Amino acid sequence: MARWGMVIDLDRCTGCAACEVACKSENNVAAVSADQADMGRASSWMKVMAHVEGEFPDTTMHFYPRPCMHCDNPPCIRVCPVQATYIDDEGIVGQIYARCIGCRYCANACPYMVKYFNWYGPEWSESERQHLNPDVSVRPTGVIEKCTFCHHRLQKAREDARADGRELREEDYQPACADVCPTNAIAFGDLDNPSHAVHSLKADPRVLRLMEDLGTQPKVYYLRPRE
Amino acid sequence: MRQAVREKLARMSNDEQILLRPLVETSRSFYVVAALLAAITLWGMFAYYVQVTYGLGRTGLNRPSYWGIYIICFVFFIGISHAGTLISAILRVSKAEWRRSITRSAELITVLVIGFGAIQPITDLGRPDRVLNVIFHAQLSSPLLWDVTSIGLYFISCTIYLYIPMLPDLAIIRDSGIKAPRLYRFLAAGYRDTPAQRARLERVIGVLSIIVIPIAVSVHTVIGWIFAMTLRPMWHSTIFGPYFVMGAIYSGIAAILVAMVVLRRAFGLQQYFKDIHFDYLGRLLLLFSLLWFYFTFAEYLTAFYGGEPGEMRAFWSKLTGPFAIPFWTMVLGCFVIPLSLMSRRSMRTPRGTLIAGIAVMIGMWLERFNIVVPTSVNPRWEIESIGQYLPSWVELSIMAATFSGFTLLYMLATKFVPIVSIWEIKEGREHSVREVADRVAEYLPESA
Repeated sequence: MARWGMVIDLDRCTGCAACEVACKSENNVAAVSADQADMGRASSWMKVMAHVEGEFPDTTMHFYPRPCMHCDNPPCIRVCPVQATYIDDEGIVGQIYARCIGCRYCANACPYMVKYFNWYGPEWSESERQHLNPDVSVRPTGVIEKCTFCHHRLQKAREDARADGRELREEDYQPACADVCPTNAIAFGDLDNPSHAVHSLKADPRVLRLMEDLGTQPKVYYLRPRE
Repeated sequence: MRQAVREKLARMSNDEQILLRPLVETSRSFYVVAALLAAITLWGMFAYYVQVTYGLGRTGLNRPSYWGIYIICFVFFIGISHAGTLISAILRVSKAEWRRSITRSAELITVLVIGFGAIQPITDLGRPDRVLNVIFHAQLSSPLLWDVTSIGLYFISCTIYLYIPMLPDLAIIRDSGIKAPRLYRFLAAGYRDTPAQRARLERVIGVLSIIVIPIAVSVHTVIGWIFAMTLRPMWHSTIFGPYFVMGAIYSGIAAILVAMVVLRRAFGLQQYFKDIHFDYLGRLLLLFSLLWFYFTFAEYLTAFYGGEPGEMRAFWSKLTGPFAIPFWTMVLGCFVIPLSLMSRRSMRTPRGTLIAGIAVMIGMWLERFNIVVPTSVNPRWEIESIGQYLPSWVELSIMAATFSGFTLLYMLATKFVPIVSIWEIKEGREHSVREVADRVAEYLPESA
């Protein structure tokens, strides 16, 4: 059984935010007005966080692309009163939009703040509407949504592999953010499979995970920037 | 009042005359106040209609302030509900004779306020249409489900605990024929006050008053656990269960005191809510103001001494930061004012306890605010602490409607049931005076 995970090399990340854009377009994440965004109501399943260290003028800036950590021990799933958020056999943490009652308890329980709420129903202009991804369901008002490691792509990749009568290869299943990254900062694959890049990358001495001390066991690893 | 009713009332005992009068006689100001409260409640219902139509976006909630006024009111109202049941049950179990005139009004607060508290988290849902998923897809590991179970059980047991001790009074009203004969024939459920029925009644009340105590304690413990079970700064604390129970009883006592002062004035019940009642409940309020300080001090000192960066951000935002005003007003309302007033005998009067009671209710509402909001806007994830929260008119209207709706239903209830238990007063006069004298004699060594 695969354990899907991600390794993000912070030395390679240029903060271009192509992953953010690719994610929104892949997953039908609707844009909100500037007023709503200022209120903190924009959704961004993948978000490039800028982190400034030091005092001006001696500052260094690092970028942390931050998807859902897909924790092996996710604090969000235990608190859900209706089992709308779950972790599947391959370690992907998902959300059942049709069941979620919108209590936002999981959003409060997630230390990484990667659960987004639909304060209003999504709105698209006519031109945008034509580009919606038919593989990803559109979320209604009042439910939580989150990064899924593009698991619709996994489904498709599996079907294709089966049709061709072969095993699933590493390059068959890549989420949109990893696919689009111009500097290959984002590696994605099966953490337990020695033939996948992430397997060896996660053993790199530069490796770190966010708030690891909370015991959440995130499956997104970062490679610390070299000084 | 019609002539026939007046004659029927005149034939009854003094207690019955005074306590049943509000059922058949309604003053003009009652209608004025009721109309005002009904208007506020309708306005709040309109606000909720707006929220359901357009989405929770019409509130001031956002990311990371996922919870706000509704959750604060939820904790606050369920807290108030500890007024009745717990106080009345504890006083019954401990055979405190001074309880007799205050139990009914307290239990009525409980039942109504649980209802108004329980709708708050539903108001807070993004998908209220799916609320039954809590049953269809129940996940027992969620503290919210513990809450649903506990509050459900609490509501049912408190309703029974309100209704059963009301039976003899309902039978009195039925037999007197002063109001809605069919309704009271149904409500009194064939109670005739025979010795066998009375003995059974007292036994059921005795059992119920023991059962409701652990249920009441569980309710607010579980509400504290909703917060405590998350890993968030200033929420993840073992003291939260007992802290919430203590706070709930505290605000409950304050609510009883305020209700008693109003009832006494409105219905001329000076003979039933006497100075001694205000004195005793005032002492209880004093005790809880000290307990409140103890719990709060323990909670904040532990967070401060540990000095974890995440905790400290929430901590200082309350003590000196943007939440300093609600924080110190809470300290004033929950500690300084009740302590300085209730420690003086001359202040444990209706007027003094009214001031202290209102201060405590405001303070306890703010305590819930200070738990929910500062932690929400100061998440552990520091890089993104962009928090801010300003409630919208929709949330404030719904909150106002909750307060007015509760008050309105409470007022209406005083038109249907005597707000002081007639039979318990009678029983006190006829039996307890002797019984207590016998009991005290039993404590003492036999005289030679």
